Amino acid sequence: MAEPWEDEVEGPVKKFMFVNRKAPYGTIYALESLEVVLITAAFDQDVSLVFSDDGVYQIKKGQVTDGIGMKNFSPTYRALEGYDVEKLYVDKESLDERGLTEDDLLVDVEVLSRAELGKLMDEQDTIMSF
Amino acid sequence: MKYGLLINEGPYQHQAVDSAYQFAKAAIAKGHEVFRVFFYHDGVNAATDFAVPPQDDRNITQQWVKLAEENNIDMVVCIAAAQRRGILDVNEAERQGKRGDNIAPVFRISGLGQLVEAGIECDRLLTFGD
Repeated sequence: MAEPWEDEVEGPVKKFMFVNRKAPYGTIYALESLEVVLITAAFDQDVSLVFSDDGVYQIKKGQVTDGIGMKNFSPTYRALEGYDVEKLYVDKESLDERGLTEDDLLVDVEVLSRAELGKLMDEQDTIMSF
Repeated sequence: MKYGLLINEGPYQHQAVDSAYQFAKAAIAKGHEVFRVFFYHDGVNAATDFAVPPQDDRNITQQWVKLAEENNIDMVVCIAAAQRRGILDVNEAERQGKRGDNIAPVFRISGLGQLVEAGIECDRLLTFGD
């Protein structure tokens, strides 16, 4: 049931797309991108995520990070649903290039071609690329 | 037009901060408004008052200080990214028990909500980075 404070006057809602292009470890982009995604969702904006290039590794199953002394933050992607972030898109060519399929991923996604992703990007108000 | 700028790369190491500066200057000269500059990832390092580049090189932090002061630009440094990288204002230094603070005038430390707000408020949010 909706709480009374949940149906207050709504602010402007824009379409925010986050394009994740980097491997989850090696640089901090993926981790810090995820922080922006969560905050944007907290602002009740229309959020979608794209994983392309090495960014597809961010949502690969079975990440084990003990050996590199980094925290495995991949479970956070599974928690996105709880923040109403449900539009996750993956670039098909990026998967193919890396020998991955949808079954290798730890969240439900929609796999799209680059042309389809391009169309989707056209519809956004703001795109941030990390 | 009302612009927000997002800077994701560090000063001197990468041209992103310089390009954003040149863009901001050019946009203002054309009569546009730069509403907010948001420093994220290594971009937060542009806010340090402690950098001492060689005399014949540009001082990136000082360039921004001057531009922001003259044009009333809101200069926001992401708190989480800043804390990881040792960028502290007086309050944070005290709160974290650190010896000193190093944030240059006109910069202020705040949360990622300020980035999302820039995305909502501005006509365009431009990303400078890789």
